[in-house]
Amino acid sequence: MNQNLGKVMVPTAAMIIFLLIWEAVVWAAGWPKYKMAAPSDLLPAYIKHWDLFVTMSWQTLWRTVVGLLLAVVVGTGFGMIMGFSRVMRDALYPLLVGFNAIPKATVVPIVALMFVGAHDFNTVLIAFMISFFPIAVSVSIGLSTLEPEYRDILRSLGASQSTIFWKIALPKTLPEFFGAMKVAVTLAFIGTNLMEIVSPHGRGLGALFDSGKTNSDYPLMFAVLIALAVLGILLYYVVVALEKIFAGWAERPAQ
Amino acid sequence: MFPMIRIEGVRHAYKTPSGPLPVLDGLEMSLDEGGFSAVVGPSGCGKSTLTRLISGLMKPDEGKVMLHGEVVTGPRATVGMAFQNPVLLEWRSILQNVILPLEIVPNTLSKAECEDRARYLLHLVGLEGFEDKRPSELSGGMRQRASLCRALVHKPEVLILDEPFGALDAFTREDLWQTMHKVKENEPFTGVLITHDLREAIFLADQVVVLSGRPARTQYLLDVPDTGPRDLEHLYTPEAAEMLAILRHQIEIAQGRAPAEGEAA
Repeated sequence: MNQNLGKVMVPTAAMIIFLLIWEAVVWAAGWPKYKMAAPSDLLPAYIKHWDLFVTMSWQTLWRTVVGLLLAVVVGTGFGMIMGFSRVMRDALYPLLVGFNAIPKATVVPIVALMFVGAHDFNTVLIAFMISFFPIAVSVSIGLSTLEPEYRDILRSLGASQSTIFWKIALPKTLPEFFGAMKVAVTLAFIGTNLMEIVSPHGRGLGALFDSGKTNSDYPLMFAVLIALAVLGILLYYVVVALEKIFAGWAERPAQ
Repeated sequence: MFPMIRIEGVRHAYKTPSGPLPVLDGLEMSLDEGGFSAVVGPSGCGKSTLTRLISGLMKPDEGKVMLHGEVVTGPRATVGMAFQNPVLLEWRSILQNVILPLEIVPNTLSKAECEDRARYLLHLVGLEGFEDKRPSELSGGMRQRASLCRALVHKPEVLILDEPFGALDAFTREDLWQTMHKVKENEPFTGVLITHDLREAIFLADQVVVLSGRPARTQYLLDVPDTGPRDLEHLYTPEAAEMLAILRHQIEIAQGRAPAEGEAA
């Protein structure tokens, strides 16, 4: 079998098998739609609300991506500060861990009250807050575990700290960074949806889910879940593609 | 005429939570231009500290480190370094790894000239054909050769080698010793080699400095009569055996396992 074809075929086949099992389980158990929708119930939901799905998916996607980009900038910034300075690491770690330990579902109403009506801003903010922690930690660990010889090689030639950062520290941290990004992507989606579901008059897939709940339209709720999964997979593979481009060197050839 | 490297009365202590830890105490060393000095001593006696002092990465608490009669106050581009860990950048090709110092040290070379220089050095150490490979595709000995090229690419006056062959197997190590002689013939430098291997010391160096246990001072100086390129047969001559015996005895003294001369046994 062609290798590239296999790379697409195997996951596609796995997905089809998953949908078939789902359909079979719902059918065998005889569950009604309001208990558990089957994949065959979802198609009519998609067709019926097609335009809503497109606009709402876009809403969710762009706010997640903006939140994620913000998390990359701020997370990398914190990571650099903690990676280069021991004092800052000791000072900031407990704060960040504490902040991260707060369930974001409890922060959502606070943020919603603080910035009433600023729905886009609030959503981006929650997506950012939930996803920046792994990025900050991975960057700081990547920088602080840099072997001293790497630094010495450049320092002995009179290189400045910023040269050392750009030539060595940054590229060496990229594999860890992308590892964290894969975690951050899914977290950011969770953040976006928390806000969309909780805040009244929300937009995005979360709001669509909420309206499905209000109208007891169970197939619509399941359809939203699947749409979220698809968006998550999409963004995840964007990260994988970026990783291949910027940190492909870290991948060992298959044995 | 000043010696290339001169170290006078150097004392240094590291600050630790339990108070200062003296590592060097009364270090003396002098090496003429083109000379090659091997520094041996017990583990943890401050040999690597010595390399950091010469390269200007550290300043001694007391005493002077001079290159060309000038006191070293900070890093200078006229020094090249290679360590036991070759620390090649995995995201660069071998050629680009070797070029790295030329991107930092001010020079007038064009990009093509930099590449030519790197290619020439890689050829010299027997790595032609591996220019475009990644470090992960090379064996330990080959990486060490590439690391050596990187240390030499900017034509440093002083080459500091901190146990560069320590992690290699015996045969690869002997290959690299011979490569070192070939390199030194073609690319003259003044060398300081930190090593635990006494055979390596007398095979490569013109002068062997034995450091005492911590805090280290210069305990013994051995001049190797044969300088310049030698072949491995030299290690099996009676002269070599005698030098090795002297050095081994000095190391035992440094480790405190044998009494120093003049002391009661």
